[in-house]
Amino acid sequence: MTNETTHAVAFTPEDLPTARSFFVPHRIVMMLVFAAFVVAVAVFMRWDWLPRYLPRLGWGILVSLVMLFSTAILGFLLAVPIGLVQVTGPWFLKLPAKVFCTVIRGTPLLLQLWLLYYGLGSLFPQFPAIRQSFLWPYLREAWPYGVAALTVSFAAYEGEVMRGAFAGVPPGELEAAKAYGMGRWTMFRRIWLPRAIHRALPTLNGETVLQLKSTPLVATVTVVDVYAVISKVRQETFLTYEPLLLLALIYMCLTGILVVAFRTFENRIPTRGA
Amino acid sequence: MKKALKVLAVATAIAVSGGVAASAEALKVGVAAEPYPPFTAPDASGKWEGWEVEFMNAMCAEAKLECVLTPVAWDGIIPALTSKKIDMIISSMSITDERLKTIDFSDKYYNTPTGIIGTKGVDIKPTPEGLNGKALGVQVSTVHQAYAAKHFAPAGVDVKEYQTQDEANNDLAAGRLDAVQADAIALKAFLATDQGKECCDYKGDVAEDVAVIGPGVGVGLRKGETELKDKVNTAIKAIRDNGTYDTFSKKYFDFDIYGD
Amino acid sequence: MAADSLINWGLLSLNAPGWGGVLLQGFFNSIQIAVGGFTLGLALGIGGAFGKLYGGPVLRDLLECYTTVVRAVPELVLILLLYYAGTDLLNQVLALFAIGPVDISGLMAGIFVIGVVQGAYSTEVLRGAIKAVPAGQIEAARAYGMSPTKVLRRITLPAMLPYAIPGLSNLWLIATKDTALLAVVGFSELTLVTRQAAGTTKAYLLFFLAAGALYLALTLVSNVFIGMLERHARRGFAVQR
Repeated sequence: MTNETTHAVAFTPEDLPTARSFFVPHRIVMMLVFAAFVVAVAVFMRWDWLPRYLPRLGWGILVSLVMLFSTAILGFLLAVPIGLVQVTGPWFLKLPAKVFCTVIRGTPLLLQLWLLYYGLGSLFPQFPAIRQSFLWPYLREAWPYGVAALTVSFAAYEGEVMRGAFAGVPPGELEAAKAYGMGRWTMFRRIWLPRAIHRALPTLNGETVLQLKSTPLVATVTVVDVYAVISKVRQETFLTYEPLLLLALIYMCLTGILVVAFRTFENRIPTRGA
Repeated sequence: MKKALKVLAVATAIAVSGGVAASAEALKVGVAAEPYPPFTAPDASGKWEGWEVEFMNAMCAEAKLECVLTPVAWDGIIPALTSKKIDMIISSMSITDERLKTIDFSDKYYNTPTGIIGTKGVDIKPTPEGLNGKALGVQVSTVHQAYAAKHFAPAGVDVKEYQTQDEANNDLAAGRLDAVQADAIALKAFLATDQGKECCDYKGDVAEDVAVIGPGVGVGLRKGETELKDKVNTAIKAIRDNGTYDTFSKKYFDFDIYGD
Repeated sequence: MAADSLINWGLLSLNAPGWGGVLLQGFFNSIQIAVGGFTLGLALGIGGAFGKLYGGPVLRDLLECYTTVVRAVPELVLILLLYYAGTDLLNQVLALFAIGPVDISGLMAGIFVIGVVQGAYSTEVLRGAIKAVPAGQIEAARAYGMSPTKVLRRITLPAMLPYAIPGLSNLWLIATKDTALLAVVGFSELTLVTRQAAGTTKAYLLFFLAAGALYLALTLVSNVFIGMLERHARRGFAVQR
């Protein structure tokens, strides 16, 4: 996916409004209307369930965030070799990497998750060796399947980005490194990888927001994240609108925090010549 | 966004009124969109079959209603009813006080005990002590979930919730659960399958708690639609009296599913 | 047992007792929703993009809210919200126009839901593409005395196409995959019927792999057409890279 599309489907730092831009007459009016809407929602809709579920909601948000960061980091670590072998690897590495990216990006994540959890998960216990191994207590849980599916998906999308990033590093820089007498490994470690990561950084925040938007899928395989907590509220209170509105608000806040954090982080990295 | 929605609404309205003729007569009957044998399950041609489908057909025929079976996600079936996506729920939904706050029910049309199945050879009893420290699966928004939350979870049972009964059964077979609590008939149907025979056996019925489990299963209706409710109640009574109910029930069960 | 069910290809046969026919019907539903949703999204996107670029300040801010919300909230949550609240709202709006409550079919609701989500994405893609059209071309058209609608029809839309196609084709692929999320609201598209088939027959791996192959085939076939479309739209452009 190109950077432009990621930007079109995920909220990124370029979209952040500046503080001053709020003080325009029509915006003040709109904000007042919005405030009235919020008050109306708070007064006329049912929110009495909220205090009861607050601790569980907090816990759910934590689970969602752990899912997000663990899979984004693991996925990125996988994406580097996947991107690299597609640029320089021999065909027997290039081909599987290419197939991996195409298959994962060409099928819905929900289907992949269910394939892993219900498909593979129902196969494992039929082998006594797996059932008696030390891994079984983990394979019984749902979260390893959620982590696996999200990691694989992130690796495939980011692997495609890393391929472009590796290929886009100017050859002159690599030649200069060679001229300095750097070995292949030193050149990769000191020049190629840092420059490629630097080039991939702007897409990374978009991809991370997209990953956040994918995390609620793990609730469909019994992982209790914030989405699952809200589902529980819906089922126990029979309310439709209120819990879902709150959930949308929670995700908007999470996205906002994520985007601001990324911008602060990016501003610290010198971008000259990128 | 609202404005855009309105513009869109008008655009779609034109498309809808042109394309889909709204048939006011047919009643949409909501059924949980996942296999729940022997009550409702799709067959290989995509047609829904089972005891409850036959009940629906017999009841609607008796009441002279045109009913269309409409699959809906179980966890959203009550919102679907209240937001008029469907007009009735015939999906093994138990009549409970909690649900009666939001929707209305017809008289009951069947009632069966609640039971627990578990992994073969594991010592499990359908009591809080007998399940202590075990992982128990239940389907969300069911009386079984409410029962487990009230009686088992405080006693140290790890209660896990599933969107569908089928997933809970599958996780029991896959060894992710030690036991599953559900309707005794649905569980016995599962135990009769190859998968069920291999992994599990029946551990017993749970102790009664009418306040949670309710008096039985009824047709879910919107509040205030008394005319429809009367029609449904009359029809249920009529098929009970004229033997239709027993005729199709015999195809599935060797006992009286209506209870007492 | 697992080995048997893994290779029991008969389960995929098109006629009962095989589930192939049901799967294909679900696949057809998925494609219908993807096409409908993408088209509706495109219509919303064209309106949204022009509104964002040339509209008044209030319209622009409202559209900004729309695209921000859709891009910051998970599709799954949006789909639930739109499916339950959106169709309800639609009926209420229709009642205002005295059309009366219409019977919104699952297909319609699915198209509506995917379309609203896609609309926000297309707005952003098309806005970028319109901005990429050199201002001189539009000024030249105005200088010829073309009316705004004529400028739009003759210059802006055709000239922005090459810039919009890569983004739009990605959106189409996203639309095909987002239809899977409708399984969560119980709509009989490919992913849900796959799970029903898998749950009934217990051949989980077989059916999920078969459905995966169908989705992948759709993506690959789409890619071929996208490639052809891109070459067609870029004809006359200098070869880049």
